[in-house]
Amino acid sequence: MTEREVVLPGELIEEKKGRKAGSGTFFEGEKVFAKFLGIPRVNEIEISVIPLSGVYIPNVGDKVLGVVESVEISGWMVDVNSPYTAFLPLSEGVSGFVDTQRAELSRFYDIGDVIFCRISRVTKNKTTQISVREIGYGRGEGFRKLFGGIVIKVTPSKVPRIIGKAGSMITLIKNKTKCDITIGQNGLVWIRGEDKTKAIEAILTIEKESHTIGLTEKIEKMLGE
Amino acid sequence: MKKSDVKLISNGKRIDGRDLDELRPVEIETHVIDRANGSAKASFGNTEAICSVFGPRALFPRWMQESDTGILRCRYNMAPFSVDDRKSPGPDRRSVELSKVIRICLEPAIFLEDFPKATIDVYIEILQADGSTRVAGINAASVALADAGVPMKDLVTACSVGKIDGKLIADLCGKEDNYGEADMAVAMMPNKKKITLLQMDGILTKEEIMELLDMAVKSCEKIYEKQKKVLKEKYKRVIE
Repeated sequence: MTEREVVLPGELIEEKKGRKAGSGTFFEGEKVFAKFLGIPRVNEIEISVIPLSGVYIPNVGDKVLGVVESVEISGWMVDVNSPYTAFLPLSEGVSGFVDTQRAELSRFYDIGDVIFCRISRVTKNKTTQISVREIGYGRGEGFRKLFGGIVIKVTPSKVPRIIGKAGSMITLIKNKTKCDITIGQNGLVWIRGEDKTKAIEAILTIEKESHTIGLTEKIEKMLGE
Repeated sequence: MKKSDVKLISNGKRIDGRDLDELRPVEIETHVIDRANGSAKASFGNTEAICSVFGPRALFPRWMQESDTGILRCRYNMAPFSVDDRKSPGPDRRSVELSKVIRICLEPAIFLEDFPKATIDVYIEILQADGSTRVAGINAASVALADAGVPMKDLVTACSVGKIDGKLIADLCGKEDNYGEADMAVAMMPNKKKITLLQMDGILTKEEIMELLDMAVKSCEKIYEKQKKVLKEKYKRVIE
């Protein structure tokens, strides 16, 4: 795999040569062009572009944070920091039998509640469904309602930088500040703990200076004081 | 002052000392507004336009939503202090028309079908007007759209060309616009070599139009290089 300089929308990346034109690209004939501003990734199977900016668009399988917007008859509308409000059906939100004729759904999730969930379905015209159920068996991802704490917003394209390589950055912040932190791929971050102001400061610094080298050391120094 | 009273070309140079096909100094800056998803400022000599892009974001009222595609909304607005005599603020006949023209010229470049039911809002403010404000606005808008991470087929680059004192020129300034014989605004997608906007005011022959189009394409390429450089510089630091 090779990495190269940033490409602009409409800029030629490479000839297709039987490969797949992946996300962030479009092709005309044999030529593959970038769809938006980002870093091209080229390998033997696929040509794709990783965005450097932009809003979050739901994708099946993404682990996101959502804030309940309204309670419906058989589910909840959840804001997932994207142009599209997601629907959380009753059966995907709670386990066990619930009598919809009698039960008040705000008992489970009320307006303003924060949920860590996964995008379970996205239709062609972006009607989005989410779920708090785990896929398969095993350790699980910890999808649940998050109690207390606060939610902050960061740019979705900078989420990988906040997590760090194999979670190094986020573990550092968690250990230094003794906070519970959950990051959604949609750019919402939930923080709970004594030292949350420090953690917020650290995360916002990473967002602002995500392009600089030696960021982990800087954050370590910042939190060490 | 009558049209004939002004001498626009002397000794082969224009009133501001430029050659016939020379552009005014072009300056483009990106990410100037923190709260917007993307923004840019473009200046051509004394003409200055600032553009902010919001979205893709949810579109309300709901009757405006299209279930299979997103929509693009543009607003072109001149600041009251942008011209010599104070312009009364708010939309007027001219700015409503230009808003629509700019929307139509940007639409073919954007993958709107990627965002059904959503909207992309483009707000162009003219801070200082000295001719060719719409092309300055379009250039700023396309850089701002790229900065916002909006999927596009190509950037859109625009340039104005015209005719003064019987000579064909590129990038008209305010006086040349007012006292010249004709002016033409051209916007194109430079990589695709496709024209998305073509407006003309005045009297030109067919041959002159073809010649002006060539000139506009060449000028657009110069401006495209500038746009490209600005965006790459801005994001180069991000990846190192």
